[in-house]
Amino acid sequence: MEEKVISREKVVTFIDTLIGKYYVFAPVKKKDFISFDEVKSGNEVYLGYRNSKDSPKRFLFPQSEVMLRYEKGRLIEEGPFDYGKRVIFGIRPCDIKGFSLLNKVFDNHDFRDPYFITKRDSIILIGMGCREPQTTCFCTSLGIDPGSSDGADLFITDIGNKYVFQILTSKGEGIISEYDGFNDAEKADLDMKEKVSEDAKERIRTKVEISGLKEKLDGMFEDPFWSDLHEKCIGCAICTYLCPTCHCFDIEDETVNDKGVRRRNWDSCMFPLFTLHTSGHNPRESGKERMRQRIMHKFNYFVSYWGDTACVGCGRCIINCPVNMDLRKVINNINHG
Amino acid sequence: MQNPYKPYPVRIRRIIIENDTRDLKTFELVFLNKEDEECFRYTPGQFAELSVYGAGESPIGIASSPTEKGFIKFTVKKMGVVTTALHNMEEGQVIGIRGPYGNWYPFHLMEGKDIVVIGGGFAFTTLRSAIVYMLHGENRKRFGKITCIYGARNAGELIYKPELKEWEERSDIDMYVTVDKLNGDPWPAREGFVPAVTKEIAPSSENSICLVCGPQIMIKFTIPVLTELGFPPDRIINSLEMRMKCGIGKCGRCNIGNRYVCKDGPIFSLAQLNEMPDEY
Ligand SMILES: Cc1cc2nc3c(=O)[nH]c(=O)nc-3n(C[C@H](O)[C@H](O)[C@H](O)COP(=O)(O)OP(=O)(O)OC[C@H]3O[C@@H](n4cnc5c(N)ncnc54)[C@H](O)[C@@H]3O)c2cc1C
Ligand code: SF4
Ligand code: FES
Repeated sequence: MEEKVISREKVVTFIDTLIGKYYVFAPVKKKDFISFDEVKSGNEVYLGYRNSKDSPKRFLFPQSEVMLRYEKGRLIEEGPFDYGKRVIFGIRPCDIKGFSLLNKVFDNHDFRDPYFITKRDSIILIGMGCREPQTTCFCTSLGIDPGSSDGADLFITDIGNKYVFQILTSKGEGIISEYDGFNDAEKADLDMKEKVSEDAKERIRTKVEISGLKEKLDGMFEDPFWSDLHEKCIGCAICTYLCPTCHCFDIEDETVNDKGVRRRNWDSCMFPLFTLHTSGHNPRESGKERMRQRIMHKFNYFVSYWGDTACVGCGRCIINCPVNMDLRKVINNINHG
Repeated sequence: MQNPYKPYPVRIRRIIIENDTRDLKTFELVFLNKEDEECFRYTPGQFAELSVYGAGESPIGIASSPTEKGFIKFTVKKMGVVTTALHNMEEGQVIGIRGPYGNWYPFHLMEGKDIVVIGGGFAFTTLRSAIVYMLHGENRKRFGKITCIYGARNAGELIYKPELKEWEERSDIDMYVTVDKLNGDPWPAREGFVPAVTKEIAPSSENSICLVCGPQIMIKFTIPVLTELGFPPDRIINSLEMRMKCGIGKCGRCNIGNRYVCKDGPIFSLAQLNEMPDEY
């Protein structure tokens, strides 16, 4: 692996060189939150971010996406439609892990989803290690290191006055070569990088026990635990919309005057309509069944189906839940119940 | 890369109104492109997503058998947006279809055994497919005795009536068509609920396997009868329904525990269902 360094100021010029060749998305400061947005200048990028409010999963799996177009009842054009070459600058290790979990669902031996795959293949991921994890972060419990470069094309560590760039793939190599302001990293830089990563890991104090959780849940479907758990939940589904691993969607036709598009839109297991049959029968009738589905899917069903847990410990569902449902407490209660 | 969400275009060749209430129609469809037809190879028990642009898509069990060449057919009950749009269509119009999806009846286990087919109401569609398949030419030899018990509310609600009458005349299938109430109709000959008729006919469970599809209430009362007759749970085969969208295990809505009904089902044995959470 090759490592380069660049000064803090030059990162901005590096981003400027990418703009124009790629659509560049990076953390941008909004009124009271951070989000990945398209930037037209390196100065717009907010490098002091901890993490974005919403997950960057929408770059592979948009909240609403046109699948095909039809007119007068006939198909006229099918997707996937071209989104162009995109660079995601500053994506966190937990969110990259989220991509690899979505990948299991959308690209497997049974059915390959071209809408997801074409976007995945045309995107370049510039990951960035965490310096200051949030109090709600618990990625290390899920086996994710806040300094891990897994899945990135390039990976950046902020070592104070400089940034260390690790080149991990040929795509990463390609964009490094777009800019000539890089120097080779020296031993002191790499030592500093190690230290920053170690410190970040140390700062994550919350631990939840994931090993044995699946087995515990195996026998809990009928447990009275679920009857109370959902009581304060208002079913807003924010937790699933912001989750980097939630992949549920709906397919809907939108027509105006004989012309229309078939769209795929995010959907959520927290909504009663999600499983409602036309006959009126609903297998998940109340909040109890829906909350159980959400937890079971992440920590039990997904594990048996895809061999991994559908959670990356990013804490978005904890920060943004209007009634303070804390997934870490839920896990602890399951473990100790 | 193939797009699994892209429907194949098909023309509606024939529409048959199946019942007196006129809310059940059978659609015979022909592929516009020969290559699509080749790609669409199915086995009885599977389903497809029927697509009406502007209305949406619905998962519907395939009612034809792969032994019937040149067309595929579906029997659709008018329920909501998509199924109503389908009911409003005419012969000659073009719709879309994608699939086939899901698993199929376990013919590898059924081979060499006696087969009992029990159906209720309009959930007889994929059972019809299985029967036509088993009765077809050389296939018939692969299975033992075939017994079919099929019931509906009244004579007017039985689907595939001409075919049922034809099967009654055949010697290679024992047909028991029944209705809840006869109301003086000349046909069928039998009155009684499916579970009661099953009990009365008492098909032997020895070296035998049973396929059962119908309304929840019928299933609920038929299973104890089958159990009493000695059918073990792994030889009672069911087909399930869940609300679906993608049909290919991605949209996340049709799971029962860790199985997706669209991909790992819709066909499950009672033994499998007993292992799964009761959430369907
Ligand atoms: C494996 C399988 C086989 C089926 N076979 C048949 C059949 O042979 N004949 C038949 O008439 N019906 C069948 N159904 C039920 C049929 O899919 C629904 O009645 C139909 O989708 C209702 O759609 P709608 O647009 O008219 O209703 P709306 O309520 O307007 O539509 C809601 C949408 O939700 C979904 N949906 C709603 N209810 C169901 C449901 N019960 N099952 C699956 N998806 C649903 C569909 O995508 C539908 O378009 C089957 C369902 C499954 C899962
Ligand atoms: S964010 Fe909180 S209130 Fe909203 S659905 Fe999730 S758990 Fe329920
Ligand atoms: S219908 Fe989408 S997962 Fe089964």
